[in-house]
Amino acid sequence: MKGPSSKWAFSMGFLVGACSVYVFLHQVWFERSYPVLSEAQEKATAAVERPTSWRKEGAALINLLHPHHADEDSWVADVLYQKVRVLCWVMTGPYNLQSRAHHVRATWSRHCNVVVFMSSVEDPDFPTVGLGTKEGRDQLYWKTIRAFHYVYEHYVNEADWFLKADDDTYVVVDNLRWILSNHTPKEPIYFGKRFKPYTKQGYMSGGAGYVLSKEALKRFVEGFRTKVCTHTTPVEDLALGQCLEKMGVMAGDSRDTLHRETFHPFVPEHHLTGKFSKSFWYWSYCYYPIVEGPQCCSDLAVSFHYVEAELMYTLEYYTYHLRAYGYTPRYQPPLHQGLSFGPLSQTTVMVGIKEAQEVTDGRSLTSTAFAFSGNQSKTEMKSHTGERDHLNSVVTENGTVVTHDRHH
Amino acid sequence: MFMKGMIMGGIFCLVLSLLASFNPSTEHTTEDHHHHHLQAPSKDELKHFSHSQMEDLSNQVRVYCIIMVQPKILVYWAAAIHTWSKHCDKAVFYTSEASKALEAVDLNEKDDWARLRKALTHAYENAGDLRWFFVAQPTTFAIIENLKYLLLTKDPNEPFYLGNAAKSGELDYVVYDSGIVLSYEALKRLVNVFKDEDKCPERGGSLWNVGEEKQLAMCLKYTGVFAENGEDIHGKGLFNSKSVESLISDSMQANPTNVVEGCCSDMAVTFNGMSPDQMQANPTNVVEGCCSDMAVTFNGMSPDQMQVMMFGVYRLRPYGHDFHDLLIFDPPVGSDND
Repeated sequence: MKGPSSKWAFSMGFLVGACSVYVFLHQVWFERSYPVLSEAQEKATAAVERPTSWRKEGAALINLLHPHHADEDSWVADVLYQKVRVLCWVMTGPYNLQSRAHHVRATWSRHCNVVVFMSSVEDPDFPTVGLGTKEGRDQLYWKTIRAFHYVYEHYVNEADWFLKADDDTYVVVDNLRWILSNHTPKEPIYFGKRFKPYTKQGYMSGGAGYVLSKEALKRFVEGFRTKVCTHTTPVEDLALGQCLEKMGVMAGDSRDTLHRETFHPFVPEHHLTGKFSKSFWYWSYCYYPIVEGPQCCSDLAVSFHYVEAELMYTLEYYTYHLRAYGYTPRYQPPLHQGLSFGPLSQTTVMVGIKEAQEVTDGRSLTSTAFAFSGNQSKTEMKSHTGERDHLNSVVTENGTVVTHDRHH
Repeated sequence: MFMKGMIMGGIFCLVLSLLASFNPSTEHTTEDHHHHHLQAPSKDELKHFSHSQMEDLSNQVRVYCIIMVQPKILVYWAAAIHTWSKHCDKAVFYTSEASKALEAVDLNEKDDWARLRKALTHAYENAGDLRWFFVAQPTTFAIIENLKYLLLTKDPNEPFYLGNAAKSGELDYVVYDSGIVLSYEALKRLVNVFKDEDKCPERGGSLWNVGEEKQLAMCLKYTGVFAENGEDIHGKGLFNSKSVESLISDSMQANPTNVVEGCCSDMAVTFNGMSPDQMQANPTNVVEGCCSDMAVTFNGMSPDQMQVMMFGVYRLRPYGHDFHDLLIFDPPVGSDND
């Protein structure tokens, strides 16, 4: 009797043991087979752009951290951020806070050193300054006058340059710094999209944004103090231009080294693909010759106007995110000689040279770039950037030679 | 006795499992292809390659673009010619009927599936030493450099069929309008199975109204090639069936006030680690959640929007931000919008 029952007990035990071990193993292996998932999860959180930290000071947002991207080397941009401090003030109103100013705050204004939103009414949460005016096109110059006075009174020492933009203007602040790096804030000068009528030296389009040096701002405020400047007309950009002209502030040339415009009064699509009809006012207003098609606009574009919410984010995506891996753009702008990087100025942080060094000094870096030409000729690069300075063409030469070596 | 039985049973099961796990080790390599996600290489991964290996990889990853056009969409055809197709190593336009305005290989075929078959066969026969094939329609905009980066470490002598992978019942297929990528091996197998009228009929599909993208998937499936989803290292899809504007718009709606993550990656949505206070303080953008930085395709953009995209991808950039990429791609000959 003992025999069969003990065999039975054995079999039962065998089954129970086998099943429990099977279940146990299944759980362990199940978890192990999904490490890819958790790895990707970790990467997802790590990849998020480090958030900018703002410090609220009154109605201004002081930017403590220049927005950074994982994977990128923004050393040059960081240095410019320190040396060319830009205060951005954005012309808005109480009815446009959520529909326009909100998107400015979420996108390009994060790249300014300081940003102040100017409205007719104070809003401590957004935050906006209340300029004490009414709203409407006829108030534009009043708002501008008061906004600049406010900025001068509260933040003149926080920045070197003072940018005015509308809440439907998109600005690439890093490119603005590049242009300004060739000048000093002590120069009485201002930049923007230059128009020619009604003034001797021209004036800057309001919608495309304009930026005053510290000296220019001082003179603007001084002009009103001495009554040399008054509220003449609500046409804000023209009136400001006339005041600055009276105060001896120069209207600068904001075009890039290939004479392509950087400040734009319309959206990218309009400039890149549109044909302006010959009777359109634009033709008679532009100070410099209009170029239609892709060469209308510099690679280092600074601004576009009439930009609605969706386009704000799209432009932020195009500028700071979407790119073609490994692509060497045709335009290799030099770092302006004016800017000294202190002890490092000897090694010269010219962008062009840096890239060549990467190729030539491949061994000294942890990674080396490999040129991939396929059926593409490298002489292309030279023919499209005829106006480069000597230094850059030497750089190109080196670049070309080295990459040719790799492909025999 | 029971205890002894239990112990014996446990050991038996353990031994059996260990034995079983050794067998599928060969299955594992093909298992990888069944995995359905194909990710771009990480920077670390690339650092392990020697100079000469990188050179070989760069040479290997050249792309033959097969662009399926029709005279009725001439304006898109022209857009493809003047924009992104210049970045292909070889771009061939295949048309349903000849057009006086633009040059293409005239397949003289009205049926979509039959035309696709002919185009693929022609490409295979004229591949030269190109090993990767990208099939697109002219309403698609492709960033070929990013495609090359995705494919960099993949062997074209292995069968690859990838893009934006979708499911129809049991069938995994690559969506046509966001671009289809085929390796040389996959195309070779495909061209062979074209000869089999049972498995891969030329005219059968129209009876069931099955689109050519699904017919392609079925034929490839017979040859053991399965659809895979192309993703970046964060798991975000690289092949988009919508336009940038549309995706940004979706992201804006999904994340109205705050928003680090958004539309195009499931992974990302669940990992928004910020507290509500942080999100208030960081009105970060809809952009993060939208689309990959290394996106390969977008679809449904107008020709004008494609010109803007050329500017946005190849030219517009913030000064002073460098990427030390491990490959260099030069601007193509004969264009001024990049």
